[in-house]
Amino acid sequence: MEVKPNKFPGTVHPTPGGGILISKMDEVINWARSNSLWPLVFGTSCCAIEMMSAASAKYDWSRFGFEVARATPRQSDVIIIAGTIVNKMAPVLKRLYDQMADPKYVIAMGACATSGGPFFYNTYSVVKGADHVIPVDVYVAGCPPRPEALIHALMTLQQKIKQGMTREQIQSDMKTAGNAGLEQMMKQG
Amino acid sequence: MYRETEVIQTIPGTDEMVLNIGPQHPATHGVLHLVITLNGEIIKKVEPHLGYIHRSIEKMCESLSYRQFIYSTSRMDYLSSHINNHACALCVEQGLEVEIPRRAQYIRVIMDELTRIASHCLWWGAMAMDVGALTPFFLAFREREMINDIMEETCGARLTMNYMVPGGVMFDLHPNFVGRVKHFIAHFKSKIDEYDELVTGNIIFQNRLKNIGVLRPEDAISYGCSGPTARASGVSCDLRKHMPYEIYPELQFEEVLDNGGDSFARYLVRLTELRQSMHILEQLIDDIPEGDFQAKTKAVLKLPKGEYYQPIETARGEFGVYIVSDGSTTPYRIKFRSPGFSNLSVLDHISRGQKIGDLVAIMGSLDLVIPDIDR
Repeated sequence: MEVKPNKFPGTVHPTPGGGILISKMDEVINWARSNSLWPLVFGTSCCAIEMMSAASAKYDWSRFGFEVARATPRQSDVIIIAGTIVNKMAPVLKRLYDQMADPKYVIAMGACATSGGPFFYNTYSVVKGADHVIPVDVYVAGCPPRPEALIHALMTLQQKIKQGMTREQIQSDMKTAGNAGLEQMMKQG
Repeated sequence: MYRETEVIQTIPGTDEMVLNIGPQHPATHGVLHLVITLNGEIIKKVEPHLGYIHRSIEKMCESLSYRQFIYSTSRMDYLSSHINNHACALCVEQGLEVEIPRRAQYIRVIMDELTRIASHCLWWGAMAMDVGALTPFFLAFREREMINDIMEETCGARLTMNYMVPGGVMFDLHPNFVGRVKHFIAHFKSKIDEYDELVTGNIIFQNRLKNIGVLRPEDAISYGCSGPTARASGVSCDLRKHMPYEIYPELQFEEVLDNGGDSFARYLVRLTELRQSMHILEQLIDDIPEGDFQAKTKAVLKLPKGEYYQPIETARGEFGVYIVSDGSTTPYRIKFRSPGFSNLSVLDHISRGQKIGDLVAIMGSLDLVIPDIDR
């Protein structure tokens, strides 16, 4: 994916002795929010290792502003569900989500968090997709997804935040438009 | 005595209090829940609560065929997924009584040792992070990514490979494989010394680990510990030596033992194992025999009626696969003996009387993988 320079949403009019910045408050807020997404350290199984890979030097997600991984939900903006959610863990996940401050976003990383994945059939304890418990903004396919896929998901989330979309809009967009809508958004953003 | 909903509670009439760590806690390496009884800073009791990542893999395997069930074991101990697959493949082969081609045996052992190095690398980074050093994590992942690239080229996946199949391995080696492994060996040799220089000799690191969490040999045996955890207490339990499989009897390597029994001894054993694995790789990589990479097996596998058990030495200890077959295409019952479960059970014993700050270091030195424990 092409990495575009992150333009500030506004124009500066030079005046003697300084300048006047003209912008929309909402756009500035969204711009700031999307570039400092702090993920919650929430890894239940294999995907957590790929999440660690994404944080390490080769992939280095701090290039895009995700490096401040927090251990407490109260300080984080995005929860990356890295791994399977089982029935015993589901209430804990809900509680973590409730403890996060708004605005909050959720990424379901990997097949297990998306749909139950390899544990969809013949199991008695796996939640078939984390969206049964909390609302999910971006889904990542893979078992486990490559670190690039995770970074792509986080950048997709960034694009959506920059578009100024609400959670409901993001979700309906994901459902209806799918990939085509996303690419269009990328072109615009 | 305590309610799980409250994080900290005091026990009436005593100075003791109950503290919940996890299931969401970065130091538990996953979703382990520890209920700790404390008197001031001294740990009185540690009670691990399991099941937060119980995915019913054993039950699931009963409805999968002998070729299919292997993939689910890569998701158990995902840091040594090759070795888990290897154990399953060996157990099925035991029932099928097939001869494994020599090339496949070489490939399997090379993959096992690469996995062991990758696993110990990650452990080293996480261990240093547990005691407060962040840089080793990035250094360890530098080497780990090299192994991941090698795996990806040959097996098609970075983490959950599913490369071992009954009868051999799924694909032949990639043409670049030998060259890249040699390059890795040359690269990693200098890096282990860097590891030693950076962390092992560090006086703060040593003070955090020495004489902390001492595990006596008799306790290691009675709790069923295995792998580096038991070997650091002087218990000789390397299955590659004691119950050799594949071509391990022909290889020159030493079983790493240490008599310290404390966290630092466990650290040293794992670090020395890295060197031993490199030594094994050096012996194998130059003369991988030509030939088939997979024995001819039937499309649908059926194991004769009976019971089969195959233990194998993973990066964490003894991993056993126990299959009960009723002669049909799916196993009647599968039981996995995971090293993490036994190694976790000793946590209560060795951390009693220690300070709460040292608990994280003790857990780090045990090298727990939670999905391996819960299955």
